[in-house]
Amino acid sequence: MLASILASGLAVGAVYALIGITYNTMFSTSRVMSFTAGQLGMLGGVFGSLFILRLGLPVIPGLLATLAVCALIGVVTEIVAVRPVLKSLDQHLYVLSTLALALLIQHATALEWSTEPQPFPRLLGLGAGIWDEKYWLPVVACIVTILGLEYLYRYTLVGRAFVAIAEDNFAARALGLPERNLRMASYALAGAVGALAGFSGGQLLLAFFANGPLLNFYGFIPVALGGLGNNRGAVIGGLLLGLFQQAANFMVGGIFSSVAVFTLFIVVLLARPQGMFGAPQARRV
Amino acid sequence: MARLWPFLALLALALLLPLTGNEYWALIATRACIYWVLVAGLNLIVGFAGQLAIGYVALLAIGAYTASVFTAGTVMEPLPAFVALGIAAAAGAVAGVVVGLPALRLRTFYFAMTTLGFATIVTQITLAWQDVTGGGIGIPGPALPAPMDTAWGFYYFCLALAVVCTWATANLARSRFGRALVAIRDSEVAAEASGIAKPRLLVMIFLFAGALAAFAGGLFATLQTYITPDAFTFDLSLLFFIAILIGGRGSILGPLLGTILLTLLPEVAAPLAAWSTFLYAALLLVIVLAMPGGIAALIDRSSRRPLPEDRTIRPRAEALATLIGERGERAVLSLRGIVLAFGGVRAIDGLDLDLRQGEVHGLIGPNGSGKTTTLNVISGYYRPQAGSMAIGTAELPVGQPEGRAGRGIARTFQTPRMIGEATVLENVMIGATIEGRAGFLEAMLSLPRQRAEERVMAERARLALEAVGLAGLAGVRADRLQHSELRFMEIARALMLRPEFLMLDEPAAGLSVEEIKRLGALIRAVSRRGVGVLLVEHHADLIFDICDQVTVLNLGRVLAAGTPAEIRVHKEVVSAYLGA
Repeated sequence: MLASILASGLAVGAVYALIGITYNTMFSTSRVMSFTAGQLGMLGGVFGSLFILRLGLPVIPGLLATLAVCALIGVVTEIVAVRPVLKSLDQHLYVLSTLALALLIQHATALEWSTEPQPFPRLLGLGAGIWDEKYWLPVVACIVTILGLEYLYRYTLVGRAFVAIAEDNFAARALGLPERNLRMASYALAGAVGALAGFSGGQLLLAFFANGPLLNFYGFIPVALGGLGNNRGAVIGGLLLGLFQQAANFMVGGIFSSVAVFTLFIVVLLARPQGMFGAPQARRV
Repeated sequence: MARLWPFLALLALALLLPLTGNEYWALIATRACIYWVLVAGLNLIVGFAGQLAIGYVALLAIGAYTASVFTAGTVMEPLPAFVALGIAAAAGAVAGVVVGLPALRLRTFYFAMTTLGFATIVTQITLAWQDVTGGGIGIPGPALPAPMDTAWGFYYFCLALAVVCTWATANLARSRFGRALVAIRDSEVAAEASGIAKPRLLVMIFLFAGALAAFAGGLFATLQTYITPDAFTFDLSLLFFIAILIGGRGSILGPLLGTILLTLLPEVAAPLAAWSTFLYAALLLVIVLAMPGGIAALIDRSSRRPLPEDRTIRPRAEALATLIGERGERAVLSLRGIVLAFGGVRAIDGLDLDLRQGEVHGLIGPNGSGKTTTLNVISGYYRPQAGSMAIGTAELPVGQPEGRAGRGIARTFQTPRMIGEATVLENVMIGATIEGRAGFLEAMLSLPRQRAEERVMAERARLALEAVGLAGLAGVRADRLQHSELRFMEIARALMLRPEFLMLDEPAAGLSVEEIKRLGALIRAVSRRGVGVLLVEHHADLIFDICDQVTVLNLGRVLAAGTPAEIRVHKEVVSAYLGA
């Protein structure tokens, strides 16, 4: 039992961590927490199933097409729901605009795709039991993403520009960085990361339109606990959340595990509003 | 009276509805009334306090299931319907606070997220807890006794409740509680400086809105006669939430119209039923991007009326006599050895300061010398690492910005903190929120003490506006004022407290020469009534004209202190700051 808790816990935990990174990637360049993060994960599963099962593409082109479509949706998010409300960030209109867009995505999927969970293809056909690919694929995807992002942020010019914008938007603009283009690029990147989360976890979560809100919530918990914008915190938080949830699932049953997760979430946040690894709030006066 | 007619017209329409004799309309109208009972409470949270509670369908579900479970007798002997409804309301109040807890400390998005998560979990529980809730099969709703057991009887009952809710929330909205909620939404810092404790206020509102929502849930179960988890989809949450946003923030009529509109929409557009959530979401996006003011802004003509032509600010110091009265004992606010470091920078480095009542004390120095920081330490926004503060012999604890108003310390801000969507008069009345004695229930029912208190407060606020010279603008929305007028309005808000000590953070910034002169006279007059004024300023002329004492800061330390005459010739001050 311990082995299966570990396997499934790490698998869903990796998916949550990836959604957390999706949140962070969008947050870093725009200071906006977007409700579309979970929907991107949902779409990763739906488009994966669409391209590979329905349209019969091979796995790699199917993956690339999924990532491309979701990156595009990321860019659309930036244009439709983020850019217009950036002027008045303090009024929190972005909560409403991104929520509206997320619901549009979710319901369009329900109406055009299906309201029932649809099967997701087996990608590599490797492993069985607790070593089945559906358990380790999300973990691999998570590791690849983390390494990729570290490389991007540390060794490439674009990545450093991202960091600069995240650190100090005004100073970065004063230095002549193309802030708007970089923001759009980061939303595209976030779209691809979200899609990867849904795609790699597709065999666990299936291609189901209602995954969006669930991933939204469970992907947000690691971000909140790890501190906004902190990718390492999101990964640690995501994996811990996955393990905790699966352990509770096995031991006390599904409903009480969600109640436990919810309670834990509220208690930790009330004790440490800035998250476990986050810095205290900026001054207000 | 003019404001009442839309409500009365709606009520007349509602009362005439039975003439149609069509029970289908009774069903729709009853549903609108029930939704409004919930939305009326939620409106205080979303529309007034600005907290984005998205998943309120969870409270509807809790109320519906609690009422149904207790009348169906799945856990114990069946209870009478009204007892069950009462229990449901109590359960809703508790749940409302639990969901609301994160809003007390966390940023907006977190609260939106937790309400959303809560909604998901409640649905899961109703599905899985089969012995009690009937799981996916469901459970019968409570049946009300005669005469509420017919379609029209139940309709009148729900209509009466809707009317009561409208009246009660309108009373709350107009009371100091309503003003404080809007203050929290528009300017949390100003609210704190006026002594408004956000957690206490929000908990009260969460209790109230939670109880209303769960009570509405019980009625909803009665209307449905049989409930399953499917009845409580997220679409309903969205309906409640969007009804308020369409209606407009800080309005009662707007969200009421929004609720009616959204309840009717699926009925008139039946072919679109499958797309209804999609449409709601699209509507939400359009509202946010295109008309953030909602219906309320469309029907509010007074905000488009031109402002008076002559807007010169003419303070009237005579009004101060009645407003502030006379201080007998003169106390001293003293700071000793205050040290405050941000990381490696010592913003204040061992500061001593004595602020006497009845004097104007100027605090000057170059940028970054720690003037505003000192002010923030006194008003509790910053916690110094060392040192102590006292008023007379009573110690002034560090931190606790919302406790300062109660100790008679009022302040203004470097950038005016206004409550943009409230009138100038309401902005000023915020200043005396802590003096309100009438409780939440009294405000809700608009009892005599509450009304008397409101009259006194409004009277005093008018006096304060007269004193600073803004009497003519009392009824104007604050976000229509000019910068200089906002500065004087902030002073009026501070004076509203009848403070022992008044701290002004660069009040002359952005004022014309003539206005600065009047400001100087006003500050002087305020101090002569026995108020201790701490004045942070860059205009050296103003400082030397009106101050009794001047302290010069440099790099967080006192460079010089004394009378204006002494400071003006102080060698180091002249070379470091004033210039030759």
